[in-house]
Amino acid sequence: MQLITDKQQGEIPEQKINIKAALTIATTALFAGIAQADTLEEDNWEFDTAFLLYSEVDRVSAGEVILNAKKTYADEEVLNLKLTIDALTGASANGAVAQPYVQTFTRPSGNGQYDIAAGDTPLDDTFHDTRVQLNAQWTQPISSDYTGSAGIHISKEYDYLSIGINGNLAVDFLQKNTTFSIGASYFQDTFTPEGGIPKPFASMLIGDSSAPDWHEDFAKTRIGTEDDKTTTDVLLGFTQVINRRMIMQFNYSYSMVDGYLTDPFKILSIVNNEGLAQDYVYENRPEQRIKQSAYLQSMYHFDTTVLDLSYRYMWDDWDIESHTIDSRLRIPLGTGSYIQPHVRYYQQSAANFYAPYLMQSDFESHRPEFASADYRIGEMTAYTLGLKYGMKVNNGHDLSFRLEYYHQAPTDAGFEAPGVLANEELYPTIDAIIAQVTYSF
Amino acid sequence: MKKQILLIIVMSIVCSGCTNLGVQPWERDLLAKDEMSLSSSPLDSALDDHIYFSKEASSGGKGFGGGGCGCN
Repeated sequence: MQLITDKQQGEIPEQKINIKAALTIATTALFAGIAQADTLEEDNWEFDTAFLLYSEVDRVSAGEVILNAKKTYADEEVLNLKLTIDALTGASANGAVAQPYVQTFTRPSGNGQYDIAAGDTPLDDTFHDTRVQLNAQWTQPISSDYTGSAGIHISKEYDYLSIGINGNLAVDFLQKNTTFSIGASYFQDTFTPEGGIPKPFASMLIGDSSAPDWHEDFAKTRIGTEDDKTTTDVLLGFTQVINRRMIMQFNYSYSMVDGYLTDPFKILSIVNNEGLAQDYVYENRPEQRIKQSAYLQSMYHFDTTVLDLSYRYMWDDWDIESHTIDSRLRIPLGTGSYIQPHVRYYQQSAANFYAPYLMQSDFESHRPEFASADYRIGEMTAYTLGLKYGMKVNNGHDLSFRLEYYHQAPTDAGFEAPGVLANEELYPTIDAIIAQVTYSF
Repeated sequence: MKKQILLIIVMSIVCSGCTNLGVQPWERDLLAKDEMSLSSSPLDSALDDHIYFSKEASSGGKGFGGGGCGCN
């Protein structure tokens, strides 16, 4: 659909420059302490903007906006500033299993309850959050073959604060055909969940939340108001130009997460031999997780098309292993436009403490140290199918549209389904649509 | 242990050919294109990382995978 008249088209360059000038002023003013105030005549800021909508059927919906500003100085020094804002709303699985009768759960805040119909997967529909994230990254050549980079990160949402730093050093060899890099990052996160931090394996209090002793009883299921975690990552990279058409990258990463890794909103059903829920208890995860991954990526330029193919193998000390294959094929259509089909396949095994529910007899005789029914650390297969269309507009600016379909299929890792659970959907699939518009100028 | 051996084998294969690989500076016409960059769409990558970090047990690999939001 064409809605722009010739007259309007004639006005666009002026309007566009004004937007860019305004953003340039705003960005330099905002980061005056970091960036030198340069004259607008240099006009060497590059802006990338993106808007994304993510929507799951009957569950979570999210909108995310990114504004990225990049300035290249003389001597190839690069300042990159990124603002990300996202909002999330909808329903998320609370971890309990479906039952052949209506189930009642208490909201994470302790204020009120919600009912789940017979046969439905229990979802807590009170999820809503807004997040603002700022990133600043400075990259510069240190000598002819050495490039250094350092960055800061801050992210704030209603109940979560994350602060991080990172640094990276890359060394080129053999006429820049080979590059080694080493990087590290450190994050400090603080979680202040609504309703506080639940006591591990405490029973969810269910009853009359307007009763006089409700809040006192609810407080007995809590151990604090906030908790934190740190994440330390080390990333080793190796990049090699193979020939005129091909470049490859190999990364090894080591990530150590320490602190509160439990999800305070997740519970487990305690079921009897008939599969009927007798209780709901708050989950508990280990306070440390060490993840490692090997990542291999190759870019290959055919006569006109470009294939981006990658594989990641991840393993951790929770016994989760995952395989991710991602491929994009960029097909030019002439005059700067292209289409890019995208296929991603993902498969993971379950954490050793994952359980879709706990048997009452086992729970009472020898309570596990850790347990979680969060399907995201259970056995799962997922795939993404997408298509991106990109075009050149307004003096070479890039505009692109991306539409993707994401399907998650949690699978049974060999748990029995006693009694009524045999007739319930214990591993419901999740379908989501991802729509994105990107504009660079 | 199997993983470490696999890692060493992959690294050995990758490294053993290094000296015979690569291009001369004047042969970088295709490699210099934006679409041949290993991070050709950084915004797409950032958005995808956020989605998959929230929905799956894995993160990172291409870049740093840790921290950043309470979405997981």
